[in-house]
Amino acid sequence: MTQEGKKIREGFSLRRAYALMKKEFIQLKRDKMTLRMIVMIPIIQILLFGYALNNDPKHLPTAVLAQDHSVFARSFVAGLVNTDYFAVTREPKSAAAAQRLLREGQVQFVVTIPENFGRDIVRGQKPQALIEADATDPTAISGPIAAAQGVFSTAFARDFTGPLAYLKGRQGSLSVEVHRMYNPEGFTRYNILPGLMGIILTMTGIMMTAMAITRERERGTMENLLSMPVRPLEVMIGKIMPYVLIGYIQAAIIVFLGEALFGVPVIGSLVLLSAVLVVFIACNLALGYLLSASAQNQTQAIQMSIMVLMPSILLSGFLFPFRGMPHWAQDIGSFLPATYFIRISRGILLKGDGFMDIWQNFWPLLAFMVVITVIATKRYRQTLD
Amino acid sequence: MSDGGANNGVSYAIDARGLTKIYDGRAVVDHVDIQVPRGKIYGFLGPNGSGKTTSIRLLCGLLTPDDGTGSCLGMDLRTHAAQIKRRVGYMTQRFSLWDDLSIRENLQFVTEMYGLDRPRERAQDALKALGLAERAEQLAGQLSGGWKQRLSLAACTIHNPDLLLLDEPTAGVDPKARREFWDEIHRLAASGLTVLVSTHYMDEAERCHEIIYMAYGKIVARGSVDDVIGHAGLSTWALYARDLNALRRELEKDPAVSTLASFGESLHVSGTDAKALEAALKGYETQPGFAAERIATSLEDVFIHYMAGVKDNFA
Ligand SMILES: Nc1ncnc2c1ncn2[C@@H]1O[C@H](COP(=O)(O)OP(=O)(O)OP(=O)(O)O)[C@@H](O)[C@H]1O
Ligand SMILES: [Mg+2]
Repeated sequence: MTQEGKKIREGFSLRRAYALMKKEFIQLKRDKMTLRMIVMIPIIQILLFGYALNNDPKHLPTAVLAQDHSVFARSFVAGLVNTDYFAVTREPKSAAAAQRLLREGQVQFVVTIPENFGRDIVRGQKPQALIEADATDPTAISGPIAAAQGVFSTAFARDFTGPLAYLKGRQGSLSVEVHRMYNPEGFTRYNILPGLMGIILTMTGIMMTAMAITRERERGTMENLLSMPVRPLEVMIGKIMPYVLIGYIQAAIIVFLGEALFGVPVIGSLVLLSAVLVVFIACNLALGYLLSASAQNQTQAIQMSIMVLMPSILLSGFLFPFRGMPHWAQDIGSFLPATYFIRISRGILLKGDGFMDIWQNFWPLLAFMVVITVIATKRYRQTLD
Repeated sequence: MSDGGANNGVSYAIDARGLTKIYDGRAVVDHVDIQVPRGKIYGFLGPNGSGKTTSIRLLCGLLTPDDGTGSCLGMDLRTHAAQIKRRVGYMTQRFSLWDDLSIRENLQFVTEMYGLDRPRERAQDALKALGLAERAEQLAGQLSGGWKQRLSLAACTIHNPDLLLLDEPTAGVDPKARREFWDEIHRLAASGLTVLVSTHYMDEAERCHEIIYMAYGKIVARGSVDDVIGHAGLSTWALYARDLNALRRELEKDPAVSTLASFGESLHVSGTDAKALEAALKGYETQPGFAAERIATSLEDVFIHYMAGVKDNFA
């Protein structure tokens, strides 16, 4: 029996961590419902958000500030509407009212037809019109603006007849003003996809690890596990590793479907993204592990996961441009790993960012991972108290 | 590492003093002393909720005591929990192996958790010894209650521990398997293993070297079965009468009677004062068909007597 005792290793054992991991894989393999969810969640989310990836939106809300009421003004507006991009929803009475509509996001465009628009046309001077655009979504406005330029060559065809026929062929000009102030980061529709990756990984990562541990507690198997000479770090590694793989599978589904179904480009390096992914996934898993220390059962684990998930959806820059949020919201967002990951994944996937470009957002992720892991292993209770 | 706590020349595998665990302001285990010499089998008895499971958890380091000191296999409970776990086998009251792992996977996993070499072979050996080799791939959750117990026992002895803490290991196990189980326990004890086993079965208590009887968090009696029965100082009679129910109703009010139990044709009464009880019984001789016969006091009579007594102390 003493010989037996000597074979027992002291300290951290990689073999034990591996055995714990193997056990987790076997259990996962037999949990068909969870396996299905792992694959279905990213697919369903991508399809749900797919409409938002529609890259050529039509009938955008437009306010027309008409300071000229000539027939030419009306023709010009009709021409804009005929492009199908513009839908005149408001006719503000003053420039200030028009600006307010734009600021509040009630309209995407303000078209200003200056005084003397008609008179200038008749005099043979080049007519001027102004389009101000909300650049919250730059890709959404490029189509309409290009179309609006063309309106000058077609809209007046009917008006330039008879005595005005000499005006034919004279191009008017449209001055366009894009208000970047609403979106200094150049938030685009494509942004949804890398963001979705951050959100889905947060959701499954935190929930699955938190559940994996509370399940042991709920079923009473924790008592058995704790009665054996297992170290907290071994349990943590064993519990977390299978879900790292799952995170990769989900990330791959998102990138693949985004490209295949919605043509979202992959500009940067997938290798670099994979390296960041491992850190981000580890952050979430450690966070789930930490939450599970306080959860008594799986229901509580899910509720606590949602407490992290909700701010990750709302305050990470996934749905709203981060810099556009109030300061308190930005402060909260700065404590969410998803915030940094979403910036990085957008940078890599959409802009082709390299390591140096992402570093300022990558080091906070690394810091998160280390801090959360340390706290989680410390918080892991080796007793049933 | 010394080879166990020594005291008066006896080497103790478990030596705990004043162990206390408080839940919600209530001492569930209340200054309990437990000493179990090496190589002995000690039975741990007591009514439901008396604190047996909690005591066992304290002994294997799963709970931190609120008061008291103790050592297991010569190692301090508070500071050496990790080392103690390597050499202790603990079988939980509730089945705590993994339902969604197969029998083989469970055994192999446990082997690996103890850091033992050749986990595959060891699991296979344990399967053969259990007689479950053909069902090795079946999920543990699908086993019958008795088989789950037997699998748990195999799992908690797979690392050849020096001390076994068994929490109601034979609950729901059939008589033949129970007998085999106890033969196995005795065989292990003969090779030096120490066993503390909680049970509600009186016949199992009699298979232990000594018993510890616990009620309401306190140890009420301890020693060999004969000692415990002797110390209780009960005298017991078997009574017969045509109308046992009527007799029972009368006796329930009798102050000389401390416990009463119906046994089919007879009624067993015990009392602490032998003379008073004998005198009291004389008063019932007029009942039709009455007969009284002095019998040996059983462990069960003693326990029921203690339960009533302790309850009075707590009331
Ligand atoms: N985690 C806990 N929190 C609060 N009270 C607890 C906890 N665990 C046990 N208790 C209480 O401690 C007391 C002793 O429980 P314990 O499980 O040790 O009894 P037991 O002797 O093993 O009973 P049984 O024979 O039914 O198994 C009970 O009153 C129980 O309600
Ligand atoms: Mg119990």
